[in-house]
Amino acid sequence: MRETSHLVHKYLRPTMRFPHIWCPGCGIGIFMHALIRIIDRIGYSKDDVVLVSGIGCSGRLPVYVDFNTLHTTHGRALTFATGIKLAKPRLKVITIMGDGDGVSIGGNHLIHAARRNVEIASFIINNQVYGMTGGQCSPTTPYGARTTSSPYGNPEAAFDVSRLVEAAGATFVGRTTVYHTTLLDRLIEKALTKNGFAMVEVIAQCVTYAGRWLGLASPAEMMAWQRDNSVTVEKAKELNETELAGKTIIGVLADRERPTYNEECTKLRTQELKV
Amino acid sequence: MKRVDIYRGWCKRCGICIAFCPKHVLEADKDGFPTVKDLEQCSGCKLCEIRCPDFAIVVSKDEEG
Repeated sequence: MRETSHLVHKYLRPTMRFPHIWCPGCGIGIFMHALIRIIDRIGYSKDDVVLVSGIGCSGRLPVYVDFNTLHTTHGRALTFATGIKLAKPRLKVITIMGDGDGVSIGGNHLIHAARRNVEIASFIINNQVYGMTGGQCSPTTPYGARTTSSPYGNPEAAFDVSRLVEAAGATFVGRTTVYHTTLLDRLIEKALTKNGFAMVEVIAQCVTYAGRWLGLASPAEMMAWQRDNSVTVEKAKELNETELAGKTIIGVLADRERPTYNEECTKLRTQELKV
Repeated sequence: MKRVDIYRGWCKRCGICIAFCPKHVLEADKDGFPTVKDLEQCSGCKLCEIRCPDFAIVVSKDEEG
């Protein structure tokens, strides 16, 4: 086969072994492809981008790409990222977290990073399950769902990650699935260029574990499920509560302006000098 | 003329590219790997390339053709 140049090859670490470790049909690969595509489109230099991740399936993402990368402790991607942004404000800081990583053990860091409005583009890949450890239920597992750790059905209600972060004060909040590729690209681009804390919740399929309790065997079936159970923000306004039950609302959920943490810190420093 | 290249070494046979091709250009071979069935139908939308989790498909224009 004649060699054809693929855009992602420019950004992959040549020392890493491919294919990557994610299961066949995993949504994280689709997200990673989209992220690389948008970083290339915006035109950031590899040296100006910092990718920070925690632990979990999504934590493996920065390992494969040739940016400045940091693979940190469980749930602490945002704390490391906050430090990087304060020390080197010119860098583009991006965090990649999963739902088990960013919303449970790192849940407090998530709401406080949003409250402080640190200029970080954060992505939460929500596959509704702890994938790497064997399919236990996570804070975003739907009520009643059967998982490894809830064999009789999940007795807990799920977190709405986007609404949580929006209420905590993030300047940009969006939600999409990996099926909706155009929207995924648009939201990643907006999050990366936003001056303030931006969070995009990416609904991705975990074929190996989440697929079991949905009763869907193949990746294609799970992506078709995403397609059939998503409603755009514009369309959701016309529907009533019963019509929206069980649907995922996708699109831009919040987009507003607020002084960032770096701006506030600079203001403090200059004020002190005047005294 | 368009080209659809499939890296079999990276492909994990998940079937996403075959399922969501709007023109049904791809089909599975006997081992489950995607193969090009009807290149004439390909509109070059790149949805297979974009949705491939393993970066195993490249859609491009063949300069020589």
